[in-house]
This record gives sequence, structure tokens and C-alpha cells, in this order.
Amino acid sequence: MLSIYDSALDVPKLLKEWYEPEAQSNYGAYIPFVGTVRSEDGIDGLSFDIYEPILNSWFEAWQKKANEKGAVIKMAHSRGDVMLHESSYIAAVFSPKRRVALEFIDEFVEDFKASAPIWKYDLIDGKRVYAKKRSTAIKGSGILGAKS
Amino acid sequence: MVKVEFLGPIQKEALELDIADLNELAVILQEDEEVKEWLESCAVAVNDTLVSSLECPLKDGDKISLLPPVCGG
Repeated sequence: MLSIYDSALDVPKLLKEWYEPEAQSNYGAYIPFVGTVRSEDGIDGLSFDIYEPILNSWFEAWQKKANEKGAVIKMAHSRGDVMLHESSYIAAVFSPKRRVALEFIDEFVEDFKASAPIWKYDLIDGKRVYAKKRSTAIKGSGILGAKS
Repeated sequence: MVKVEFLGPIQKEALELDIADLNELAVILQEDEEVKEWLESCAVAVNDTLVSSLECPLKDGDKISLLPPVCGG
């Protein structure tokens, strides 16, 4: 389950919505990761662009990996502006076993940061500034560059 | 014709080009002042699948996307 919202995420509502249908599913572990916009470097908030076709296929590949271990991943992300102390990203793993869920949430969130087609901008004085230094080139990038 | 779109922070309108493979696209974009600085850090997708080589034949109607460095969350 992957949901994109044109606003900040309603954390208590989403965690409850994700939990309730699984409450009787015999999962031993439910491990959510909640990402919150922090105050740093004078920003007013963050803003995001998302390319959904590739995000969807990236997510489906992870869901398949999770399902093979009897686990399920749920994820929500914001598009557009998200202000300080609001949430822009939640991911959660449900799994029969604690260890699988703990390892999966770690691997999933790390690959999310490195591969998911989402672009982050700092909101500063009403302007949207690409967070270039904090961004990661997707694996395999650079094929169109000049050959040395 | 193929369509080339520039995602995220690359401020450029999509292009319609008559090219047969990604090698031809590389030559065109390396001459493009707006885009060339992005090429070393961009991933490339053809019809929404990431590709790892320029040896990728293109056909009429294909969509090519350039994906600059990402930072979700």
C-alpha cells in the first residue's frame, strides 16, 4: 500500500488506519518509521516533487520482497509543501517475526532515500531551493554524461 | 519521434526528438547548456524503466525520463 498526499501527513490517523485492518492478521510486529520536518538552517519547511510511475514500480518490487518473507509494507509520502514539525513520510512493516520487521524497515528506508524518485526542496523566504547537497544520484546515473 | 522529459529540479520543457538510440540523445544533450551540467548525476528511464546502458534502441512514441539526484523523506 502506497499513498501520496498533497499535504502534510496526519500521523495518528494513518498509523491507526494501517493498524486496524491488520490487528487480527497474526503479525507479531508492527514497526512504523515517521519522518518529521526539523527546524534547521533557517528553513520554513520542505517541498517535494514525486514521479509516480517509477515510485510505484520501485515500491511494488519491495512489497514483493516483503511478501516473500510473510511481511507487508505500507508507505505514505507528501507532495508539495510540508512545514516544520509536520510529517512528510511514514513507512511501516508488519511481519510475523520481530527480527524480519526490524531488518526490513532499515533496508527499505535506506533504499528509499537512495532510489525513490522524489525530489526535496528547502522552503526559504518563500522560495523553493533544491536540496542538492542532501540528494543522492540513483544507482547507474551518468550514462548520458561526456565520456572521459 | 520520442519524448524526453526532465524531472524534479531540472527546469526544462520536454523535448520531441527524432533519434534512434540513447547515444544520439547523449550527443544532443551534451550540447545543451541548460541540461549538460545535470548529465553526470542523472539516471535515465525509458518508458518508466531505468536503463544502465546507452545501447538502448528507441522506437516511435517512447518516453525517456531524466532523473536527477533524489532525496525523499
